[in-house]
Amino acid sequence: MKAAEGNPGSLLVEMRGICKNFPGVQASDGVDLRLGKGEVLALLGENGAGKSTLMNILCGLYRPDDGEIRVRGKAAHISSPRDAAALGIGMVHQNFMLVESMTVLENVILGIASLPFVPDRAAIRKEILGISGRYNLEVDPDAFIWQLSVGVQQRVEILKLLYRKAEILILDEPTAVLTPGESKELNAIVRRMTDEGKSAVFITHKMEEVMTFSDRVMVLRKGKVVVEKRTADTDPQDLARLMVGREILFCIDKAPFEPGAAVLEMKGVRADDERGIPALDGIDLTIRAGEILGIAGVAGNGQRELAEVITGLRPVKAGSISINCADTTNHSPLSVIRSGVGHIPQDRMLVGAVGDMSVADNLAMKGYRGKALSAFGFIRIPRILAFARRKIEEFRISTPSPRTNVKFLSGGNIQKTILAREIDSCKCLLVAAYPSRGLDIGATEAIRKELVAQRDKGVAVLLVSEDLDELASVADTIAVFFDGRIMDTLPACDVDIEKIGLLMAGVGPGKEKPA
Amino acid sequence: MKLHFEKRKSPSGTVQVLVPVVSFLVSLLLTGLMLAAFKVDPVATYLAMYRGAFGSRTGFGYTLVKAIPLMLTGLGVSVAFKLRFWNIGAEGQLVMAGVGATWVAIFWSAWMPQSLLLPAALAMGCVFGALWAGIPAILKVTIKVDETLVTLMLNYVAILFSQFLYYGPWIDPKGQGFPGSAIFPEAAWLPKVFGPASMGIVFALILAVVLWIVMNRTKWGFELKVIGANPASARYQGIAVGRNIILGILLSGALCGLAGACEVTGIGHRLQEGLSLGYGYTAIIVAWMAVLNPLAVIPVAILMAGLLVGGDAVQMRMHLPKAMSLVLQGMILFPMLAGSLFTEYTVRRSHKAHTPATAKEGGA
Repeated sequence: MKAAEGNPGSLLVEMRGICKNFPGVQASDGVDLRLGKGEVLALLGENGAGKSTLMNILCGLYRPDDGEIRVRGKAAHISSPRDAAALGIGMVHQNFMLVESMTVLENVILGIASLPFVPDRAAIRKEILGISGRYNLEVDPDAFIWQLSVGVQQRVEILKLLYRKAEILILDEPTAVLTPGESKELNAIVRRMTDEGKSAVFITHKMEEVMTFSDRVMVLRKGKVVVEKRTADTDPQDLARLMVGREILFCIDKAPFEPGAAVLEMKGVRADDERGIPALDGIDLTIRAGEILGIAGVAGNGQRELAEVITGLRPVKAGSISINCADTTNHSPLSVIRSGVGHIPQDRMLVGAVGDMSVADNLAMKGYRGKALSAFGFIRIPRILAFARRKIEEFRISTPSPRTNVKFLSGGNIQKTILAREIDSCKCLLVAAYPSRGLDIGATEAIRKELVAQRDKGVAVLLVSEDLDELASVADTIAVFFDGRIMDTLPACDVDIEKIGLLMAGVGPGKEKPA
Repeated sequence: MKLHFEKRKSPSGTVQVLVPVVSFLVSLLLTGLMLAAFKVDPVATYLAMYRGAFGSRTGFGYTLVKAIPLMLTGLGVSVAFKLRFWNIGAEGQLVMAGVGATWVAIFWSAWMPQSLLLPAALAMGCVFGALWAGIPAILKVTIKVDETLVTLMLNYVAILFSQFLYYGPWIDPKGQGFPGSAIFPEAAWLPKVFGPASMGIVFALILAVVLWIVMNRTKWGFELKVIGANPASARYQGIAVGRNIILGILLSGALCGLAGACEVTGIGHRLQEGLSLGYGYTAIIVAWMAVLNPLAVIPVAILMAGLLVGGDAVQMRMHLPKAMSLVLQGMILFPMLAGSLFTEYTVRRSHKAHTPATAKEGGA
C-alpha cells in the first residue's frame, strides 16, 4: 500500500470541490479526489453517479463549473486533452479511439505535435518494442488495428499513453471487453506501471474489479463521494450497499426449471459478418419454452450474428432455423416478428431505438401494425399515447412525458423502453443481446427480473451476455461461444466460472487446464 | 452574467414557428443594410416589393402563379427530405413531367375523349416525374449510389431532353422555326381560378392537407418517419426500408411532376423555353423554411413567390437589378440555418456571474 495519506510529496493529483452541472443533473457536486504516486484508485458507482464526468474533467474533455485541480502540487488549468497529456494524464476510453485502418505504430504516434514531418519509423518502432517489453504489452507494431482483438486493442491504447510518457492513467471500465484471463494480464500490466511510480484511476461498477485491482476505492453516488476506503478494509457486499444506497440481492427468485417443447431450433447454421468473414460456424442450438439459454463469450465471437440470423436481419448461408416447428430460415424481419419473436438488440441507440422520435412512438414501433393502435391504415394517436402511459408506468420508465424524444433519456430508461416494446410484441421467443450492459444496478435488476418473468410465463429466452454473474443467476443453461462455435453447453445451476472462462478463451472441454 | 446553451428536452412548438419568421426578418435587415450601402432606400424598396406582390389583385394573382409550382415542388421535396433522401432533382422531375403532359396533350388528343385529355395529361406528368425520381431512388436502394449527385445530374438531362424535343421532333410545324411545341388543344388547358392563377392552386392546397395527414396520421407515414430518423432501426422493426424509400421518392417525384404538368397545361399551353425558372431549387428553401411540414409549405411558397414577383416590381420601379430578390432569397437561408440552433437548444442565463468556466486559480 502506497497511499498518499498525509504526505504531500507523493501526492500526484488533487481535485478539490469539483462541481459540474448538466441540464437537470448535478453530475459532480463538490467532489474531492486525491491520487498518490504508485497508487491504483478505483472509482465505483452506478451509471450516472458521475465517475466518467469526473475523469473527463481530469483529462480535459469537460471543464468544471467550480473547483480546483492540482497536479504534483501545482494548480493546473486543464482545458483540453492536450493540456492533460502535457501533465502526463492520459485516458483509455471505454470505446477505443483508434483508427482501424492504420497500424499500431501509426496509431501510437498519431497526433503527437512534436514529431518531425517524416517521422523516423525505425526509432519509433524500437521505442514501442522497448515499452512493450518492459510492461509485457505484447503487440506487433505493424499490425493493423482492425486485425487485432479487443484485448490487444486495449493494449495499444495503453501503449499510446506510455509512449507519451503518461504518469497518470485513467481506465474507463477496462475489463468490460476482456476475458477473465486477459483481465488478469491487464492487472499485471497496471501493477508493473505502479511499481515504477505511475498511478492509475479506473472507473468501474464491478465489485470484483475493485477488489482485485485497487489499493483504494472511492464510491460515488449522484455526483457525491459516499465513502473513500482502503480496498483491504472493505468487501464487495459493503461496497454494493454503499454504491446503491440499499441492500441488493445478487440472486433472483426463479420458479423451478421445467422446460416445455422446443421453441427455437437451429441446425448447422452458418453466416458471415459484414466483411464476408465466417462469423457463425455451424451452430446447433435448441431453446425450449420456459428456458433461459445464456450465451457466454467474449464479445465479437459471433453473438451479434447469432441474434441477427434468428431475427431475420442477417442472411443464413447454410443450415436451418425454425420457430415452433415452422421454418424461418432467411425469412424477413417482419415475418420473424409476426411469428412472435422479440429482440433486444445489442446497439441500443443505433438499432433498438429511434432517438429523434418520442417515447410513445418508440413504444409503438412494433405494435402500430396491430388493431389496438391502428385501423384502416391510420394510426390512432390517443391509443398510442395511452399505451405508452401504461408501459411507462408498468416498466417504470423515467421520462418527463410520453412525447419526450428518446435521445433525452438515460441509457437505462432507453433500454427499459426497448424492453417494454419487445416484451409486448414477443409471444414465444425473446432474443436479448447484452440487455444490461452499461446499466446501473437498479436498471439491471429490473431487466433481469423481467427476463425471468418472461421465462416463468413460458417464453423461450436467449440471453447473450458477457457478465458471467448475470448468466449464472439468470440463465438455466449456458452455451459458451468461441470463434463462431459453441464450445460446450452446461446447466447453469452449478456452474464453474473458471471452466467457463477457459471455454471462452477457446480451451475445449476435453483439454486439461494449462498450468 | 453568462449565457448558456442547454439542449431542449422536447421540441418547442412556438420556437419552430418563430425561427422561420425571425429568420425572415433578419434576412430583410441584412439585405436592407446592403441596399443602404448602395444608397438605395431599403424601406421604399421593400414597400415596392410588397405592393408588387401583394398590393393588388392582379399582383397577388401573379404571385399565386409562381407559388403553385413552388408549393407542389416544395411538398415533393419535403417528402424526400423527411426520408433523408436529398432529392435536389425537383427541377428535372418538373421538366420531365412537362414533357409527359405535352406528349399526352398533343399526341393523344386525336383518339382520346376530350374530357379525359386534361386529367390524362396531368396524370402522365405525375408518372414522368415519379419515374424520373425513381431512377436515383432505385440506384440508391440497390447499389447505394449517392442520390444527391444523380438527382442533380438528371436535372440537366431532363432540361436538355426537353430542349431536344421542342427544337427537334416536337417543334410546332406552324411555328416558322420558332422553338417550342405546338399549342395544346383547349381541352388540355388547365382552367384559371384566381386571375391568372390556374387550378393548380386548388391541387396544391388539397395535397398539402392530404400529405400532412399521410405523414402524421397513417401507418405508412409513421414508417417513413422511422426510416428517415434511423434506417437501421426501421429494418429491425420489420419495416421494408428499401421498398418504402422507393415508394416515398416516387411520391416526391409525382408531386414535383404535377408542378410541371400544371405549368405546361396552365400557363404556356405548350412545351417551350422557360418551363422552369429554378422552382425546383427554390423548393429546397421552401421545404426547409417550412421545417418539412406540408401545411407550412403553402404560406412559405406564397412568400417566396411574392419575393420573385416583388423583385420584378422593384426592377421596374426602383431600377434595381432583378437579382435583388434572389439575393434576398439566399439571405433567408443563412439565418434559418443559424436559427435551427434555437430549435435544438434553449438559452439560459447563469446567475453565478463570478463562476469562471475553467478551474479557479489555486490558493498557492
